[in-house]
Amino acid sequence: MTDLNALKYTAEHEWIALDGDLATVGITDFAADKLGDVVFVELPAAGSDVSAGQVVGEIESTKSVGELYAPLTGDVVEANDAVVDDPSLVNSDPYGDGWLVKIRVDAAAADDLLDRDAYVALTGGAE
Amino acid sequence: MTDPVVPPRHSPLRATHEALGASFTDFGGWLMPVRYTSDLAEHHAVRTAAGIFDISHMAEFLVEGHEAAIFLDYALAGRLSTMPVWKAKYSLLLERSGGILDDLVVYRLGDHSFFVVANAGNHGPVAEALAARVSGFEATVRDVSDEYALIAVQGPIARSVLEATPGIADLGRPLADLPYYAATDAFFEGVPLLVARTGYTGEDGFELYIAASAAARLWDALLAAGSPLGLVPAGLAARDTLRLEAGMPLYGHELSLDIVPAQAGLGRVVASDKNEFVGREGVLADVPADAPVLVGLVADGKRAGRAGYEVYRGDERVGKITSGALSPTLQHPIAMAFVSQAAAADGTALTIDVRGTRIPATVTALPFYRRKK
Repeated sequence: MTDLNALKYTAEHEWIALDGDLATVGITDFAADKLGDVVFVELPAAGSDVSAGQVVGEIESTKSVGELYAPLTGDVVEANDAVVDDPSLVNSDPYGDGWLVKIRVDAAAADDLLDRDAYVALTGGAE
Repeated sequence: MTDPVVPPRHSPLRATHEALGASFTDFGGWLMPVRYTSDLAEHHAVRTAAGIFDISHMAEFLVEGHEAAIFLDYALAGRLSTMPVWKAKYSLLLERSGGILDDLVVYRLGDHSFFVVANAGNHGPVAEALAARVSGFEATVRDVSDEYALIAVQGPIARSVLEATPGIADLGRPLADLPYYAATDAFFEGVPLLVARTGYTGEDGFELYIAASAAARLWDALLAAGSPLGLVPAGLAARDTLRLEAGMPLYGHELSLDIVPAQAGLGRVVASDKNEFVGREGVLADVPADAPVLVGLVADGKRAGRAGYEVYRGDERVGKITSGALSPTLQHPIAMAFVSQAAAADGTALTIDVRGTRIPATVTALPFYRRKK
């Protein structure tokens, strides 16, 4: 079980798990619920450079299209092929098997991200 | 300038949906369930078993009087006066130009009594048009939207669900003998019930009109009886992908004041041989050669064109998508689009601009999905 209080967040509803300078990124359960059933995911290729705030992928549900923003500047180390093959993982396990990309980042920059309390407040305290 | 904020309206089944854990969305000024658990699971349940939908946001009008039938022949595009009692008919409300004010279902309840069901988002304009057009006829139009709730049970086992539901009694006609687009009267726990074999999913199914005060009891009874058979609550997200697969238009997407029926493939709905009806001049004129027409588009892969995306033939922009999704049943993208007549023939190779990427698509006849009889 993921400790949601140990994660960082963005206002675009991404979560970030930091392990040294390796950031694992996904979208929150709040965002997954809002999207509905995810049916298509497009992710940046391993080896690509991304800048904080840049649109780097797409998450489509039956009803709508969500954009994936890079939460931090860095190099994409790995994209989750399992979630490309089975996009429903984003709904069924958003903080686990539904992770999207791993990015090598400057860990100091993560201080600017939201903590759990700030993110929950942003989503109307719905959790 | 900003529009005044109008608070959303709630269905009489609001507490029932909240207890079931529904997520809600604004639709036509109403907060209605968009999904309960998973819109894909709800969609598949309707194709394989059945779903129960709350569509109480729909607007209902009771038209009565000696001239009710000829009034509707004048006010609507179809010929309602020759409908047998207990039949249902899909129709259109046109403005003088032939543009579509709303699409409707009309039930004939008696020689001089009709029940007209309109879209929630067009409640006001439909009420105004019917009130204006009835003047001079010996007929009355009563807006009964607030009095009725509407519950749809849709899917191949829908009939079994109704037959298994205790409390539904005194049917004017057994469900086994009730044809598609027909209705009958009945009672639920002593409350009058209108049972119609109609729907908006492409499956067999029923729409049940009942007094708002009895709606929650009816919903609970249907769900309790139907759950063991595979009935699930289903929201507007599933309803939208179901009707799209079935090639059914949605007002505000495929239908609008700027579209005449023939452009949307609805020429058959217009009884243009009627002497006089509102919109006659508009629909008798030929559709201009440069007017776009409604087509189906299919594509490969998983990236769906969506409402508003532009459609090209080669480098030429030929139209725009009005509804689109990855079809849950067919597992490939489908869309309805208005395209120029030269690009509308079945089999025409087009492309869809999906956020900067051109996705090949082929024009195809509607519907995308047809149930096996």
